[in-house]
Amino acid sequence: MNPLDIHPALVTDVLVRFLREELGSAGFSRAILGLSGGIDSAVSAALAVRAFGPEETLGVLMPYRTSNPDSEAHALIVADSLDMPVRKVDISAMVDGYLDQESVPEGMRRGNAMARARMIILYDLSEEWRGLVIGTSNKTEMLLGYSTLFGDSAHAVNPLGDLYKHQVFQLAEYLELPSEVIDKAPSADLFEGQTDEQELGFSYAAADKLLYPMVDLRYTEAQLIESGFDAEFVRLVAKRIIRNQYKRVLPPIAKLSHRTINQDFRYLRDWLA
Amino acid sequence: MDLRLTIAQTNPALGDFHKNLDDHLRQIRAATAEGADLILFPELSLTGYFLRDQVFDLGIDANGPELEPLRKLSMGISIVAGFVERAADGRLYNCLGFFEDGKLLSKHRKVHLVSYGMFDESRDFAAGDEWGVVESRLGRFGLFLCEDIWHLEGQYLRILEHVDAYLIGSAGPGRGVGPEGASEHPDLAGQGRLYADSTETAPEFESVRTWRSILTAAAIHGQCYVAWANRVGFEDGIAFAGSSAVHAPSGAQLGCIAGLDEGNLTVRLTGDELFRARQRTPLLRDARPWIVAKALGVRCDAPPANEPKGSVPADPTSASD
Repeated sequence: MNPLDIHPALVTDVLVRFLREELGSAGFSRAILGLSGGIDSAVSAALAVRAFGPEETLGVLMPYRTSNPDSEAHALIVADSLDMPVRKVDISAMVDGYLDQESVPEGMRRGNAMARARMIILYDLSEEWRGLVIGTSNKTEMLLGYSTLFGDSAHAVNPLGDLYKHQVFQLAEYLELPSEVIDKAPSADLFEGQTDEQELGFSYAAADKLLYPMVDLRYTEAQLIESGFDAEFVRLVAKRIIRNQYKRVLPPIAKLSHRTINQDFRYLRDWLA
Repeated sequence: MDLRLTIAQTNPALGDFHKNLDDHLRQIRAATAEGADLILFPELSLTGYFLRDQVFDLGIDANGPELEPLRKLSMGISIVAGFVERAADGRLYNCLGFFEDGKLLSKHRKVHLVSYGMFDESRDFAAGDEWGVVESRLGRFGLFLCEDIWHLEGQYLRILEHVDAYLIGSAGPGRGVGPEGASEHPDLAGQGRLYADSTETAPEFESVRTWRSILTAAAIHGQCYVAWANRVGFEDGIAFAGSSAVHAPSGAQLGCIAGLDEGNLTVRLTGDELFRARQRTPLLRDARPWIVAKALGVRCDAPPANEPKGSVPADPTSASD
């Protein structure tokens, strides 16, 4: 048994209630999310459909001209299996309008522009749909900082943020999601042939195996190395976690007054929900 | 003692005292109509839990007008409910009130504020410093607030006072979603550790499994009833784990509210069961508190510097002969 294993029935129950209650307290009962054809958005969609019903959950497909056609095909298979409505918005013209004008080179900047264009579309459509944007970021990628700030990291609530990738896979199996999204290599699909694991330089399985004792159980780097983890890998991952902290918190506010937002003006988001 | 205890497993609205009070009144009336003698609500049941700066707005006098509706209804049923108490000196306490016969008969200020991990109670509340006993017309009770029961001191003092039941109000979040034993003990060294397979029973949070162990042990050590009212619902993504339960003096669970739903549970508590349990296992008879007192006397010659009631704390920096 893998120590990261979860009770998928318990987790599903908690996350469905979480979505219902957190959206409900904000006055919403409809959800909207980007469907990428990957496993994370498929699991988020399945949870939202359980929470709000298929008619109340809108999946948005947002391909770019270089996107892998499989991504769209798999997103449609997911939507079909969940019986949920989809909407397709091609982001090529929108993104190219900026990229061409400013001659943005190939690589990360282009990928970030795509992720942020998708965020703009989701937040705009959420007004029309009268639903909130459901996040799809898992704990592994959030810890590693493998996301675009204000892009895929932007959402109203996130059901997957405390689940490692391994646990997302386990949930996907439990939720009986289509094998096409479970079996393929995870990819942000921001450039041709990209896979997450190739770009990260290690597998999600290896990352999870290390992150769990490091973060959840607070083993020290020295203890982890002694127990057999590769020293270079441990240091690399630890450094990534620290370097990407800025993506996981709100930006700092220069404190001037006696009562500063988020420092000594302290209220939950569910304040008088 | 022979009473019908109802546990109300509620989902308090954060910061909305009046909405929560209305819900209390509805549940109290229903329990009264069903013949309950005592109803137990969770921790901060009238306010919600992660209050942060709202705590200043919600603090009330324990005998103030806001609680008059509870006092009124306590003519027909004894009521235990949680609120933020603003003391005369301005200190704010996480408080559990025991209302009976039209008045606040007793109250418990949380002694063991929890301020680690996800919790930050010491920032918002002053800590209580008493382990009193409720001398109700129904029996003798010890009130606890959540973390209070994780420490042994309060239990021990109530054992010496031979209380009939511990009444615990709680806002315990659910943590840990793995199979029993797995995630606490990862197989770091690859030794192929074996884990208990708990797939046969309905899965529960690890934190709930821990609570069940504590409740069972508390009942056995105290040879008394243990009733735990834990809230449900979410506050900023944190799920309160419910699973409220009542345990007999033997430790056996008499009843439990399943999982994360609001609900209630009514259980009969009898002096006869207590008497027979204590006859079979006379732990109180064999208690040796003076040994403890002697040992603690050595350790506790300095008062805790934070809050001796009604007196100025001793200055730890002043010279003494």
